Amino acid sequence: MVPYLLKRLISLLLSLLAASVVIFLVLQVVPGDPASYMLGMNAQPETVEALRQQMGLNEPLVWRYLTWIAGLAHGNFGISYTYKVPIGELIAQRLWVSLPLAIYALLLSTLIALPVGIISAAKRNSASDYGIMGATQLGIAVPNFWFAMLLVLFFSITLRWFSAGGFPGWNAGFFVALKALTLPAIALALPQASILARVMRSSLLDTLSEDYIRTARAKGLTRGQTLVRHAVRNAMIPVLTIIGLQFSFLLAGAIIIENVFYLPGLGRLVFQGITQRDLIVVQSVVMLLVFAVIVITFLVDLAYALVDPRLRSRA
Amino acid sequence: MSVGFLPERKRGLWAAAFQSKSFALGFAVTAIFILAALLSFVWTPYDATALSVAEKLKGPSTVHWFGTDHFGRDIFSMIMVGARTSIAVAFVAVGIGMAAGVPLGLWAAAKQGSLVDEVIMRANDLVFAFPALLIAILITAVFGPSAINAIIAIGIFNIPVFARLARGAALTLWTREYIFAARVAGKGALRISAEHILPNILNLLIVQGTIQFSLGILADAALSYVGLGAQPPTPSWGRMLSDAQTMISLAPHMALFPGAAIVLTVLGLNLMGDGLRDIFDPKLQRSRT
Repeated sequence: MVPYLLKRLISLLLSLLAASVVIFLVLQVVPGDPASYMLGMNAQPETVEALRQQMGLNEPLVWRYLTWIAGLAHGNFGISYTYKVPIGELIAQRLWVSLPLAIYALLLSTLIALPVGIISAAKRNSASDYGIMGATQLGIAVPNFWFAMLLVLFFSITLRWFSAGGFPGWNAGFFVALKALTLPAIALALPQASILARVMRSSLLDTLSEDYIRTARAKGLTRGQTLVRHAVRNAMIPVLTIIGLQFSFLLAGAIIIENVFYLPGLGRLVFQGITQRDLIVVQSVVMLLVFAVIVITFLVDLAYALVDPRLRSRA
Repeated sequence: MSVGFLPERKRGLWAAAFQSKSFALGFAVTAIFILAALLSFVWTPYDATALSVAEKLKGPSTVHWFGTDHFGRDIFSMIMVGARTSIAVAFVAVGIGMAAGVPLGLWAAAKQGSLVDEVIMRANDLVFAFPALLIAILITAVFGPSAINAIIAIGIFNIPVFARLARGAALTLWTREYIFAARVAGKGALRISAEHILPNILNLLIVQGTIQFSLGILADAALSYVGLGAQPPTPSWGRMLSDAQTMISLAPHMALFPGAAIVLTVLGLNLMGDGLRDIFDPKLQRSRT
């Protein structure tokens, strides 16, 4: 286990390094000078030059990369060009919207998908199986932002149960804030739940055809007992992998959904960064999200190896 | 379906394909949208970019089948032209993914365990860590938003998908006897990959191609919804939806029709993919039914 862990850890660090280089280099190609952009059209060349100096833009490329990385390691992302505040603070504020949203959506998706997938597999080829599979086909095909708009149309405009957007902040009370995140979380969760339900179903069907299931039935367990004690538990391994991977998709998907509901999360921050050419903000948020994807994939792999020792020797 | 599969095969793949209900349905739906996109080059009920303030926000009627938007543009015509953009973006993005990903995957498989294999697969992992949306954000932050940049972003996202698929499928083929025979006959890795491996994984690639096509339609819709795709005045389904959002209480039809167009296209492609998979892999189908 230790050599495996070490090997995976090194490859994790290399991936993070490579990702950071890619992101850094891509944003160096951008035309235009952030310093003159910050100071506006009428700035004196000397002022621009002074600001360039202060922002470290005159340093060599490699040095600027190293400063950025060293900063990241200390949680210091640099100063936003437009907000003029540390990006770390901006991201921390926004993360308090995006992260709970992603977790909320993941919970919803899991709570819907697992029972639905299990029912579908247990009642294979029944009317409910066909109904569920049809519904998941539809769920995969629906763009989540369009589904979000339909939710707003129905629950906010017609029924007036939820507000159509905005976020009161966690200080307004836990349930008030949670309510504001409910429609966005449902919109995010639906396509993921459809995928997850299909994975759950096919994984359970695979497990149900195993010999030990027949043995369990032969020794007198009922269908339900076999399902709960043997089948579902073994079928969960691929499902857990998908859940892990979905979390990073939810975090990235939140970028779009936040725009539908005007939520002040990372997604809004990125788009404001793009329109205001505040590229250091874009760079930092993208790095953070890619970092999350890489680390989560690593953790899922690790969990997999813990459950299934065969993978350790193969890797 | 599993009974009598072989005689159907003799009648040709197409005949077999249309025996599959999901393929036939998916094909029909997809064909409608592709035809609508092609038709839009020569005819649309109205000019999709013509503004007409007097006609704005009209609901569906016999005059404007899907109603008009806040500038009085005919939504039916916009959806037809929008189909062109969406389909073109997704199709070319699949092309990029296949053209770059498949050779890389085959190369990695041919040199399994070598440095080349390791480098290709790690590079794939790296690209995989960037969701399509983040690639698009990076690209647009640098080059500005456009349909071309949306194609590039979705295309880059497709590369590792095809590379992994091609490598995985090719690896199992490399252990087959007929490949061994070809090696004994003196064929090099390149020729074996092109002449023996590629034809045998084509089925898989086509199925995955349909799936990536549908994902591409969704990704393009999302990108143009947030303003990172095709720019005005070119109609695109995603931007029609972002326009509709501000009008949703006044004119819900503005949101319903473009959204339904996206759902139907994606659904059609997915059904086609499912159907094709059943046809190409009868063993899998037997275990499914």
